[in-house]
Amino acid sequence: MKGKNVQKLFFELVAIAALFCAVALMERFVPAGHMIFPVLKKGCVYALAAVSMNLLNGFTGLFSLGHAGFMLIGAYTYAVLTIPPEARGSVYQYYEGGVIQFALPWIAALVLAGLAAALFAFLIGLPVLRLKSDYLAIATLGFAEIIRALVLWDGAGPLTNASNILRKYPAFNSTLFYFAVAGFCIFLIVLLINSSYGRAFKAIRDDEIAAEAMGINLARHKMLSFTISSFFAGVSGALLAMFQATLQANTFKSAMTYEILLIVVIGGMGSVTGSCLASFLFVASSEWWLRFLDKSYPGVPFLRTGFRMVVFSVIIMIFVLFFRKGIMGSRELSDLFRRRPKKKEAAK
Amino acid sequence: MDWLSKNLPYLISGVATGGQYAMIAIGYTMVYGILRLINFAHGDIFMVAGLVMVYASASLPLWLSIPLVLAATVALGFVIERVAYKPLRAAPRMSAMISAIGVSYLLQNVALYVTGGPAKIYPELPFLNNPVPIGSATTKMVNLVTPILTIVLVFALLWLINHTKVGMAMRAAAKDFETSQLMGIKINSVISVTFVIGSFLAAVGSIMYFTSYTSVVPTSGAMPGLKAFVAAVFGGIGSIPGAVIGAFIIGICENIIKGLGWTTFSDAFTFALLIVILVAKPTGLFGEKATDKV
Repeated sequence: MKGKNVQKLFFELVAIAALFCAVALMERFVPAGHMIFPVLKKGCVYALAAVSMNLLNGFTGLFSLGHAGFMLIGAYTYAVLTIPPEARGSVYQYYEGGVIQFALPWIAALVLAGLAAALFAFLIGLPVLRLKSDYLAIATLGFAEIIRALVLWDGAGPLTNASNILRKYPAFNSTLFYFAVAGFCIFLIVLLINSSYGRAFKAIRDDEIAAEAMGINLARHKMLSFTISSFFAGVSGALLAMFQATLQANTFKSAMTYEILLIVVIGGMGSVTGSCLASFLFVASSEWWLRFLDKSYPGVPFLRTGFRMVVFSVIIMIFVLFFRKGIMGSRELSDLFRRRPKKKEAAK
Repeated sequence: MDWLSKNLPYLISGVATGGQYAMIAIGYTMVYGILRLINFAHGDIFMVAGLVMVYASASLPLWLSIPLVLAATVALGFVIERVAYKPLRAAPRMSAMISAIGVSYLLQNVALYVTGGPAKIYPELPFLNNPVPIGSATTKMVNLVTPILTIVLVFALLWLINHTKVGMAMRAAAKDFETSQLMGIKINSVISVTFVIGSFLAAVGSIMYFTSYTSVVPTSGAMPGLKAFVAAVFGGIGSIPGAVIGAFIIGICENIIKGLGWTTFSDAFTFALLIVILVAKPTGLFGEKATDKV
């Protein structure tokens, strides 16, 4: 058993190292304006968001739809705390420079972005986690909308700039940076999933009553999963803010949660590898590979702006209806290297 | 009295908004009652009804385009159920909900493709747009017609459910899905009828709603849809009178909040209400006792 785990770990490390080398090489040799870089960056952001949602929906079985709200908190915390004081006058032009007159280093702001989202999640979780399945989903969706309304509220303007955009906060241009941050966070989530806490989460997902009978404190573990998932959602929100370079609360609508949920479903509920793969596929096909469908050619019917997204959503529906287990089911990267029927059976 | 005359316009438009939400909420509550599925696409069906009206009225006379809108919406609801929900009936409940989210995504993208992006102006319906003076204020006819029409339709629906054979089948299916199948109820046709009724009411609601909001964008179904769902939960999901009363309460509160100058929070209020009701009384105002919610 021990040997197998070492082998598994080895495969995963090799794959990750190869990925990082590939990205580093690509940055060196592919021209900087190429479409692949924004796709990879956004893919990283979505991968982290999808894995953190998977921790909650796929591993703990808590069907939450509040992800966009937590990403919004993370993004705003990061942006508000890092805009340099000299730039605040022009960003907060309607609020006399805003209330905050200092700037934190990006890494502290990134961690604080996660912590702020986790704090909100804790407060929201107190009443909401008592609900089940679709009631939990709709309540978290509601909270995400409330958070957005609060950020857009004029009274909060000196802090959040209300409905005006935030900009001029530090952002990184290097694709490798996004891979490093997202990769590190996903690594932490994988460690959590493989720990005794992760096993408790899975037990809750499979059967709450049985898990409780085995001595798992349901309330505590659900709360833990919810806050940790929101922490990483906050970090991914901060990364999204960096990627976009400008920030506006109206991008974090429930449509964003739905997109991430669809990524999780396409990748496979309960597979970290699946979520990562699916988010890159999702971003690449929606922003890049299907672009040709948006151009109109003489003599070809239907092709014009917007057709790409129609084809794309049809593909998603095909996945949802006919490949319900997603690309990976609940398998991980290392399971792909070992073709043993027993494993497949266990993964169903 | 002074307060009343000042707030009368808000009150009237609140009652009208409530009526519009009620017509959407009935679709949610009926589908949830039978399938235990939050039909996330319902708000988008409502939006599509608005768009069909925009396109139909551009080339057809009004007396033809309104029935066309109703027919097209009903057909859409029927097809969605057959294609996206029926194959998943044996799957876990969450699969059907994810499918509903997928359908909603698809409908919004199709609408974006068809409209090309900019908001479409809703046609002005002759009678409904007439101004009506009430006390010191004026309001549109649609604001007076909506609540009356809502109540008429709800009573018709209640008669259908309580006094016809298909209504009895619906009640049976909502009570116990499997047993009703064993009793020889054709469950598929009952579910189809549910979706047809829900979509029909959504189409009527969309005519009322877009007459007072005048423009249609691909995402304009999302918010009314969610609010109508909140109304359905508030009234007790599965209960039609509950959904209607919940919708009127939400519509009135929302417009009063807007009247107080807190427009940003009118949406947030609805969701705050949802969370309060879910935590305090999860069965809603008129819901039947269920144990699987909390």
